Amino acid sequence: MSTGIIGKKVGMTSVFDDEGNNVPVTVIEAGPNVVTQVKTEDGPDGYDAVQLAFGDKKEKNTTSALQGHFAEAGASPKQVVKEFRNFGEEVQLGDELTVEDFFEKGELVDVAGVTKGKGFQGVVKRHGFSGVGMRTHGQSDQQRHSGSIGASATPSRVFKGMRMGGRMGNERAKIKNLEVIDILPDHNAILVKGSVPGPKNGFVELYKK
Amino acid sequence: MATDLLNVVEATQYRDDLPDFESGDTVNVHLRVVEGEKERIQQFEGVVLSTNGAGSGRTFTVRKVSGGIGVERIFPLHSPRIAQIDVRRRGRVRRSKLYYLRDLSGKAARIKERLRQ
Repeated sequence: MSTGIIGKKVGMTSVFDDEGNNVPVTVIEAGPNVVTQVKTEDGPDGYDAVQLAFGDKKEKNTTSALQGHFAEAGASPKQVVKEFRNFGEEVQLGDELTVEDFFEKGELVDVAGVTKGKGFQGVVKRHGFSGVGMRTHGQSDQQRHSGSIGASATPSRVFKGMRMGGRMGNERAKIKNLEVIDILPDHNAILVKGSVPGPKNGFVELYKK
Repeated sequence: MATDLLNVVEATQYRDDLPDFESGDTVNVHLRVVEGEKERIQQFEGVVLSTNGAGSGRTFTVRKVSGGIGVERIFPLHSPRIAQIDVRRRGRVRRSKLYYLRDLSGKAARIKERLRQ
């Protein structure tokens, strides 16, 4: 089951809960999502899924193939189209889904998105190595290095998957079990506790547990 | 649009029942403290050293000298745990952060009263 909705990360702030604790929250503008396709196991696709679309974009920036796809659902062109396998709710083509349809205050959700790209990063930031650790005792220029990456003549090579520096971020990540602090139906907004992947204005998916 | 929504969320947190005060003022903060089942009011009176932040996360620092030992507490300005704030005295100071008061004591740590706004 992966009932969900597509949203846009607005930013972070903090709110006070009933006990007066200051809780860090991420504001996500979620919906209204349009159902652009419903796939069924018996149909030509051979599996159950619901395709949702979110975020308006100009018709002139939409390929004619997608224009036809949106027109079939009676929707205006959208920025993102995402498929949710085994959708938990009964939905029809062209339905508009909003946050309060699925989520309620206090429940736990998973949030998936594409993390911020960090560029080429060393092992300390990318893999959490602690560096060689000394400035003296012969370590003249090794403070953020990885240290040894293997033995010498045997095996005479570096094993695959050895953790080294490289591109970091800009990859899909899912943060599990974030508490829903509040829902603002008037603004199609949902407040989840803690941080979610991606930059402001980045698209995220909210999954019901 | 995006930041508007952030402001909408923060606006729900603001309290408008608190008096205006600034660094150098002497305030008495009434704090709700929950001990087990009971709730009581704890008071903390001292000089406002600084205010920090903006929006719903705004905080202020209060310093008092208790039994010869300096005590500072940082309160979130819009916290629902603050029952009441009384401004006891307006102080005339020339800067917004009064951290220099930490190094002073006795007569030197006095702040002149601000008579006109």
